[in-house]
Amino acid sequence: MKCRDFVEFLMEYLDGTLADAERQVFEGHIGDCPPCGNYLESYRQTVRLGRQLCEADEQVPPEVPEELVSAILAARHAR
Amino acid sequence: MATDAKPASDDPQLLARLRAGEEQAYEELVRRYGGRLLAVARRFLPVEEDARDAVQDAFLAAFRSIDRFEGHSLLSTWLHRIVVNASLMRLRTRRRKPEQSIEDLLPGYLEDGHLERPASPWRTDELDPAERNELRALVLERIHSLPDGHRNVILLRDIEGLDTEETAEVLGISAGAVKTRLHRARQALRELLEPHLREATSE
Repeated sequence: MKCRDFVEFLMEYLDGTLADAERQVFEGHIGDCPPCGNYLESYRQTVRLGRQLCEADEQVPPEVPEELVSAILAARHAR
Repeated sequence: MATDAKPASDDPQLLARLRAGEEQAYEELVRRYGGRLLAVARRFLPVEEDARDAVQDAFLAAFRSIDRFEGHSLLSTWLHRIVVNASLMRLRTRRRKPEQSIEDLLPGYLEDGHLERPASPWRTDELDPAERNELRALVLERIHSLPDGHRNVILLRDIEGLDTEETAEVLGISAGAVKTRLHRARQALRELLEPHLREATSE
């Protein structure tokens, strides 16, 4: 397997949709090629960092500004 | 903290009052969900005024269609979808800088198929809370530097947590196109983040 193929099938590997035989080849490549192992890990981190954007907001949702509340209620009556 | 936000268990009663046209219920809905909707809109729209406009659009759309909300999903899920749509609408009207092609942001390969620039380990586990906050801002900023079609897919799939089918429906593209764009968008974002996150020893 070439690194190019490794990167191409990365998402399917992480989604668990690769067939068993393909997965074995894929995992074999990680052992043979440390840069691809790093690539896999940093791709995973990239996805995780995206998810964390949401989690931080959900833990402490921002206050809704008073002027926004007023604007929305006024717009409802203006319709 | 959003101290005035009541637990969602009270949503069915609130919904009944909204359907009955009770004036106070509209304000309660805005106070209960306004902060959460604003957080979503801010992820799509970096300019605060645009984010607030999207939240206003979303609530007005929700008021208009409250009778059609069938209760198969949670009120919060329904409102999330509405504000996502409202934010995407606003995003489409924004004038953007000429965008970089996604091809330029994908990894390059040597003739033998190896990565042109071997990937290095990242140091995300060692970050302190202040660095994590900075990183969150950086991640969002870099997502917004992606070409529109790729930015929207990564926002919907990875940030807002919609599944492939839902994302395809919202954007009016095929599920296959969602998958292809998502993989490319993640690769591009990885590339854009790498200079900030690779371990210092590998510089």
